[in-house]
Amino acid sequence: MTIWKLVASEILHRRMNFALGVLSVMVASASFIGSVTLLRIHDLRTGQILEAKQEELAKRMAELKDDTRKAMLKLGFNVVILPKDQNLADWYAEDYASKYMPEDYVHELANSRIVTVRHFLPSLQQKIEWPERKRKIILVGARGEVPNLHKNPVKPMVQPVPPGTISLGYELHRSLDLKVGEKVKLMGKEFTIHACHKERGDKDDITAWIYLAEAQELLDKQGLINAILALECLCTGDALPLIRKEIAAILPGTQVIERGSRALARAEARTKVEEEAKIAIEKEKLGRQHLRAVHERLASIMTLVIVTACAVWVALLGFTNVRARREEIGVLRTLGVSAKGILVMFLSRHILVGVLGGVLGFCAGVLASVYFSAALEGTRIRITGTDLSVVDLLVLSVGGAAALAVIAGWIPTMMAIRQDPADVLREE
Amino acid sequence: MLEFKNISKWFNGPEGKVTALDEVCLSVSPGEFLAVRGPSGCGKTTLLLIAGGLLRPNTGQVSLDGNDPYALSPEKRSQMRARMIGFVFQQFHLIPYLTVRQNILAPSLALPAKGANQRTQELVSRFGLDDRAGHVPAQLSTGQRQRTALARSLLNKPKIILADEPTGNLDEDNADIVFGYLSQYVAEGGCVLLVTHDVRAAAHATRTLQMVDGRLIE
Repeated sequence: MTIWKLVASEILHRRMNFALGVLSVMVASASFIGSVTLLRIHDLRTGQILEAKQEELAKRMAELKDDTRKAMLKLGFNVVILPKDQNLADWYAEDYASKYMPEDYVHELANSRIVTVRHFLPSLQQKIEWPERKRKIILVGARGEVPNLHKNPVKPMVQPVPPGTISLGYELHRSLDLKVGEKVKLMGKEFTIHACHKERGDKDDITAWIYLAEAQELLDKQGLINAILALECLCTGDALPLIRKEIAAILPGTQVIERGSRALARAEARTKVEEEAKIAIEKEKLGRQHLRAVHERLASIMTLVIVTACAVWVALLGFTNVRARREEIGVLRTLGVSAKGILVMFLSRHILVGVLGGVLGFCAGVLASVYFSAALEGTRIRITGTDLSVVDLLVLSVGGAAALAVIAGWIPTMMAIRQDPADVLREE
Repeated sequence: MLEFKNISKWFNGPEGKVTALDEVCLSVSPGEFLAVRGPSGCGKTTLLLIAGGLLRPNTGQVSLDGNDPYALSPEKRSQMRARMIGFVFQQFHLIPYLTVRQNILAPSLALPAKGANQRTQELVSRFGLDDRAGHVPAQLSTGQRQRTALARSLLNKPKIILADEPTGNLDEDNADIVFGYLSQYVAEGGCVLLVTHDVRAAAHATRTLQMVDGRLIE
């Protein structure tokens, strides 16, 4: 006869008590494992959603990049031709040249066989004080496009300002309450307002455009310009040196710099789209994190309540078992079984309740959480044993359940050990 | 084998001090069947529990095979009990979920021995329980239960059997059978301390003492 045989026989004899104990531990273990598994599945699903969104973003960005590339091929980009002695730092700071070059340069370009540039726009720009209105403005003299004589005529990209007229930027006409058709005086000369532009959000809003020859006259720069805008250069961005070389051959007294193009704007738009998409992903991530926190709180509270209730139940079953075995404990002690032997007998029973409850609770918890998570997420999630760290969870479940059963059964076990056999025998 | 020197035992109850044993002196030697007779509540069971190392006396000294069991640690006292004493009770105190064979074998939980299974089989046969060896106590008659309890008390070949009203629940025939087995055990060199109010015990005992209000009278 061994303690283990005795324990097994007792379990078979009081199978209902044992089964209720196992069931109780199983419920506690299942609620804990179910909570942990649900959270892990939530994390997996979050990973899958974010991965899908990242993939979608990457695909969308690839499409956008392709669109932009195509657009750039059609658009080309713009360059500005400035006098050679113009300090570029000043140009970048003021956005107009302080040095001048002959207006004839534009004719030389138009008459040349240049192939990389399609449109030429000569201009004379200067920041001035509008004496009649006491306002600082940028005065631009433009004459419209100078056609390239060696190419097929194309529709001009920019319509010129007719002589005797003036076009005003948004800030100027709004603040001065000027309207198309009205007459205004600029530096003593009268102009009819030809156009009032919409808001652009840049220096154009404080710019006034007049005919080039009139600007030259007002600024006392007859026959001079300070920039030639070359539009829709028929090449890709990395061919700027080629354009420079071609223009330098025709106009040695100039320098060429790139100007922000519509293609650049598209690239900026693309960046903006990417940023927005990233913000959307971040929002999704935060939403999932919030949902997880809610689940975690709920699971913690529920698990704590269930585990506590089950522990109390296991303890009550333990008390019942000890009470029912009072006579048996007394006899065993009388036969010479030590207190240690009684301890082993009761503890091994509790450990068995815990291990069995832990294994069954693990299975029930994992299966239930997989089923419920599919229902909650509205989709079937493919989960592998590795995803859930099944071995870790099983060890946690069995170890935790055994510990729970032993802790819950500790007081009843101590009662059994301390039971005085003489008391039992005297009661006879 | 067993010696009591001036053993007193009292309990503090709700109605004050209750004396169960009062300056009891007693000795039981090998080959002796000592019957202690007395009415219920006179202190017979207390005497037996003290003799079995289960209840510490308030005063006096107990000697079992030359050793004071109450001078030993609880663990050592348990071992001594398993090795030297066999118990038989009125209520049998069999373990309800063990078979007859397993109940007889139960003392081996405290004192594992190599030949325990063989010894169990011998006892099963000797006490006429062969056809009941696989049955649990609930399936036995009272006589069979007491024979099982008696067989269990003999498994570890104890030096003394302490019997508390072993025939209290038995009819005359079964009581005679039990007395017969105890006499046989004494004849084989063992000794028995029997406490009972059964007058028939005197016929089987080598010596009989009367207990009145916790005192022994020859």
